[in-house]
Amino acid sequence: MAEPFLIGQAMTGGYGGADILHGCTIAVEKGEIAVIVGPNGAGKSTAMKAVFGMLHLREGHVKLAGEDITALSPQARVAKGMGFVPQTHNIFGSMTVEENLEMGAFIRRDDFADTMAQIYDLFPILKQKRHQPAGELSGGQRQQVAVGRALMTQPKVLMLDEPTAGVSPIVMDELFDRIIEVARTGISILMVEQNARQALEIADKGYVLVQGANRFTDTGKALMADPEVRRSFLGG
Amino acid sequence: MDILNALVAFLNFVFVPGLAYGAQLALGALGVTLIYGILRFSNFAHGDTMAFGTMVTILVTWLFQSIGLTAGILPTALLALPFGIAATALLVLGTDRMVYRFYRKQKAAPTILVIVSMGVMFVMNGIVRLIIGVEDQNFADGGRFLISAGDFKAMTGLAEGLAIKGSQAVTVVTAVVVVGFLFWFLQNTRTGKSMRAFSDNEDLALLSGINPDRVVQVTWILAAALATIAGVLYGLDKSFKPFTYFQLLLPIFAAAIVGGLGSPLGAIAGGFIIAFSEVILTYAWKKVATYVLPDSLAPDSLLQLMGTDYKFAVSFGILILVLIFMPTGLFKGKSY
Repeated sequence: MAEPFLIGQAMTGGYGGADILHGCTIAVEKGEIAVIVGPNGAGKSTAMKAVFGMLHLREGHVKLAGEDITALSPQARVAKGMGFVPQTHNIFGSMTVEENLEMGAFIRRDDFADTMAQIYDLFPILKQKRHQPAGELSGGQRQQVAVGRALMTQPKVLMLDEPTAGVSPIVMDELFDRIIEVARTGISILMVEQNARQALEIADKGYVLVQGANRFTDTGKALMADPEVRRSFLGG
Repeated sequence: MDILNALVAFLNFVFVPGLAYGAQLALGALGVTLIYGILRFSNFAHGDTMAFGTMVTILVTWLFQSIGLTAGILPTALLALPFGIAATALLVLGTDRMVYRFYRKQKAAPTILVIVSMGVMFVMNGIVRLIIGVEDQNFADGGRFLISAGDFKAMTGLAEGLAIKGSQAVTVVTAVVVVGFLFWFLQNTRTGKSMRAFSDNEDLALLSGINPDRVVQVTWILAAALATIAGVLYGLDKSFKPFTYFQLLLPIFAAAIVGGLGSPLGAIAGGFIIAFSEVILTYAWKKVATYVLPDSLAPDSLLQLMGTDYKFAVSFGILILVLIFMPTGLFKGKSY
């Protein structure tokens, strides 16, 4: 099998002190959804940040479309086609929705009106509220702004750190629907999720991390069916 | 009772001076608030940055005057202003390169940067005094009055005169133009928006590919321009004395904090609040009261709440009240 589109291979490292990741491998294929789940403190977000270059890896490497990008800064990875939506503080609250999207496209020097129109198609509510400060929107709408901002660079991979944290179950379902739609356009999705069951349902690939290492790796469906995964991580 | 004369006396002694002083404070506070919003520290050197910019402008003004280049009815200092701004921009960019950048790289705490800015303040203080001395310098020329008290009396036949100094008119017009430009810049240009984004959420701005060095440079240049303009307008209106500019730091900071640190709109509102409070509390109201009240109630005292020597107590008092009861200021700044 060919190498996945984006892969963080055998990653070991932390934020300077002790290692948090221990030979952890995360990968996502083109146009697929990969989900990282696991208990609190398992290093889910850390693994994602490592793939995005936000912490120093002592071992292992990250490859995007076959190119080794381990040494690149997060900003340089954005230019290479990676989009990242942090878990918190992921919008410019004092700026309007439209300005948030414009800032997302800051590195683009071409005309990004088309991309903005696509994002308004994907999230119609944002078009309606485009002149409103993003900080005044509801939790779910803010997440849409955050995802929209990251999509403005037309990334090939979109990385989401707990996109449904703190939103109601209804909004969560809607957000997942939108994420599937994004994946259908050919963008690979890598996300960390607390709502493991719902996330695995839409995942092509699932990673269960425990203490910074891979415990189970399989398709989302297979993980859902695995009795041990169900008992330990999905609550029966 | 003579409402009209009372109104003219009020305009002449309270409103017009307060308006001009408020505009000067607002421009100063805008510089402070920009630095706070983007570089995230209170720049104690701002008063002396104003002094430096004004000094350069004065020197260039004298040069222009000596070669006979004047702006007619307008003060010559307006022609010299761009040179003052350029020199100040170079000074603060140099300071940033030599001093602040080092602490930024270390991600120093804001309190450390405040102390660092005090060091910068003393150095700038020294530079200005070495070059131009500690004395009062008067550099205003051009038309003295837009309307003089005598002309006004002749025109209206009122007992009270309304004088509007040329420097006051220049101050207000310049402030409106500068503030208009600044807001247009922050709201509509790519660079301005990136500055607001950086101020709002630094990490996300970096993720979006906004170049922090460029944001910092543009901020310093804007702050230098605002400081120089504020300083020159204040100097034209009153006079230039390095120590006075150092003292201006208090009302300027009070203005920025009252409005909410980091909020440009707040800085403007704060500037006028501080200026009018100062003027209203230190003005002797006897004249106005005599016009308004019936003769039997005519006041014997000056009706002055506090002497002008105590005007700094006004800023200080407001500052304390705001910090206790409303620490984020009127416009929800980010003084947390």
